[in-house]
Amino acid sequence: MTLLEVDGLTVEFPTRRGLLRALDQVSFSIGAGEVLGVVGESGAGKSLTGAAIIGLLEPPGRIAGGQIRLDGRRIDTPTREQLRPIRGRQIGAIFQDPLTTLNPLYSIGRQLVETIQTHLQLSDRDARARAVRWLEEVGIPAARQRIGAYPHEFSGGMRQRVVIALALCAEPRLLIADEPTTALDVSVQAQIIALLKRLTRDHGTAVMLVTHDMGVIAEAADRVAVMYAGRIAEIGPVRAVVQQPAHPYTQGLMDSIPSLQHRVGRLRQIDGAMPRLTAIPAGCAFSPRCPKVFHRCRVERPDLFDAGDTRAACWLYDA
Amino acid sequence: MFAFIISRLLQAIPVLLVVGFIAYAMFAFVGDPVTIMLGQDTTEAQRAALVHQLGLDQPFLVQYAHFMWAALHGQFGISYRLARPVSDLIFERLPATVELSLTAAVLALLVGVPMGVYTAIRRDGLLARAFMIFSLVGVSLPTFLIGILLILVFAVLLGWLPSFGRGEVVRFSHWSTGFLTISGWRSLVLPAITLGLFQMTLIMRLVRAEMLEVLRSDYIKFARARGLPERAINFGHALKNTLVPVITIVGLQIGGLLAFSIVTETVFQWPGIGLLLVQSIGVADIPVMSAYLLLVALLFVGINLIVDLLYYAVDPRLRVDRRALTGTR
Ligand SMILES: Nc1ncnc2c1ncn2[C@@H]1O[C@H](COP(=O)(O)OP(=O)(O)OP(=O)(O)O)[C@@H](O)[C@H]1O
Ligand code: SF4
Ligand SMILES: [Mg+2]
Repeated sequence: MTLLEVDGLTVEFPTRRGLLRALDQVSFSIGAGEVLGVVGESGAGKSLTGAAIIGLLEPPGRIAGGQIRLDGRRIDTPTREQLRPIRGRQIGAIFQDPLTTLNPLYSIGRQLVETIQTHLQLSDRDARARAVRWLEEVGIPAARQRIGAYPHEFSGGMRQRVVIALALCAEPRLLIADEPTTALDVSVQAQIIALLKRLTRDHGTAVMLVTHDMGVIAEAADRVAVMYAGRIAEIGPVRAVVQQPAHPYTQGLMDSIPSLQHRVGRLRQIDGAMPRLTAIPAGCAFSPRCPKVFHRCRVERPDLFDAGDTRAACWLYDA
Repeated sequence: MFAFIISRLLQAIPVLLVVGFIAYAMFAFVGDPVTIMLGQDTTEAQRAALVHQLGLDQPFLVQYAHFMWAALHGQFGISYRLARPVSDLIFERLPATVELSLTAAVLALLVGVPMGVYTAIRRDGLLARAFMIFSLVGVSLPTFLIGILLILVFAVLLGWLPSFGRGEVVRFSHWSTGFLTISGWRSLVLPAITLGLFQMTLIMRLVRAEMLEVLRSDYIKFARARGLPERAINFGHALKNTLVPVITIVGLQIGGLLAFSIVTETVFQWPGIGLLLVQSIGVADIPVMSAYLLLVALLFVGINLIVDLLYYAVDPRLRVDRRALTGTR
């Protein structure tokens, strides 16, 4: 059953030098309880996609086209305030740096209780009990005693656990996790991913997991979307995308990842860099770097075509 | 908590000793009190008697110790100009200055903070822009000019409010207050606005800048992502974080009010210690000046202590002893 549908999403920033199109016709869906990994190099538009879904694009950024539907109901049109009951209750979010995502002046218990009572009609006592239960669930030892503690009294990994509890305490059906482990010690990254996996499975939460770490994708995702210059380059089941990528960009990406190196023998980098938003080439955005480029690529923009087990935005797969 | 206050008070002692030293050095080396008090045609014997009476024939450090000891008991000597104990003069005039500064401070905070918050939240609103332009005027016009302009408009042209003095005051043993009479309040309006306007606009701009900074922070983004109501985010999460840096500046500014009150009191002939100081400087009335210096130092120390306590109340990161209790890290 489809939970979230993103259909032709286009996000623009008006600037002095004209419109900047940061997301261009992005389409994908996430099923109930499914984990969609999102990868792509810096600036590809991963965070922007997440922000658009929870309705928190920073002005002047705005949705210029397309639709976002949750359970078939549009959530791209309402204002920020109208969308508020959906945030936290239907769609939760976790950000990259747990050291800065908690309000330093309020105890974690207060922040949890406030969030719970915003969405659920619970008495102070019940909300507090629920807060303790969530802290226990994310693995904070001695949760009952620690509930009055302030963020600075926890380590980075522990804080990210608190952040996860905050994002999930009203049991949203979709969680947008934007690089949830990037800022953490390598030693705790795996624990946090395992925790996220367990919690979202237990509660049937779907996840949009943004990460640079293909290991995490392979470990946690059901499907993967590869983004390039504000567009989806390829999307499909995780095994297919990692092992038999269809799009030349995905192929290059997989070749450049050390953990998958044994399959290709040696590490290769894709020549060149992702174009800036002001200078995206006509046709296929990847054409200047693509080893398989041909005439049509420079003129027409490819749609997503079926390419084996995945779908790829590449003229090579035009049936 | 208690230990915190004690340690702060101990830190204040050297500050007060140094200021006291400067005050005394001024007392001892600027001008010649004996000549000022006796005039030209006195005998050598009369001079010597007075020098001895004032303790001026003793070693410098002894004099300093005497001075501080007396100051500790609220005695600052005799005013050369008025030939009355300085402490009496100061305590007579203190209520006027305290009431004026307090009113100006309350005005500055009560108007400045909400305006700052408003201009940060409605950044592009028409009213917010109007506030910003108004604040520019407040920050850039010198206090005396504001005072004179207010007098010109509201006292001279419109004749609504008095232009000088405190109006009628009510006495309670040592304290005289203008808060209990209509004419007292009417007299207070213009000086309080004059004195408070600069602080008010400064606080407003400061709150606005800090608030905009905080609103961009990750924890505000995360609070939005959790669907917390806009009101709770602005006035709970954001405002409280804004206050942390604002408290220090505001504390210093309130101290500054006292200094600025010299100008305001002069413009409005407000019978406070600022006016007393100006009148004393004119005739080198050193005991009054050094007493004023010590009083200001004491006030700053007091305000600093209050600022530290507020910090302590607002920011849990400063409550270090908690960490030991919860047994983390
Ligand atoms: N306020 C803005 N004005 C103009 N362009 C913006 C603005 N915010 C983001 N962009 C552009 O949108 C693009 C996508 O940004 P986004 O943050 O989504 O990238 P990302 O894929 O999350 O990258 P990273 O891996 O570094 O987090 C970037 O090229 C960025 O320059
Ligand atoms: S469309 Fe052409 S340029 Fe783009 S990826 Fe496919 S082959 Fe390369
Ligand atoms: Mg990002």
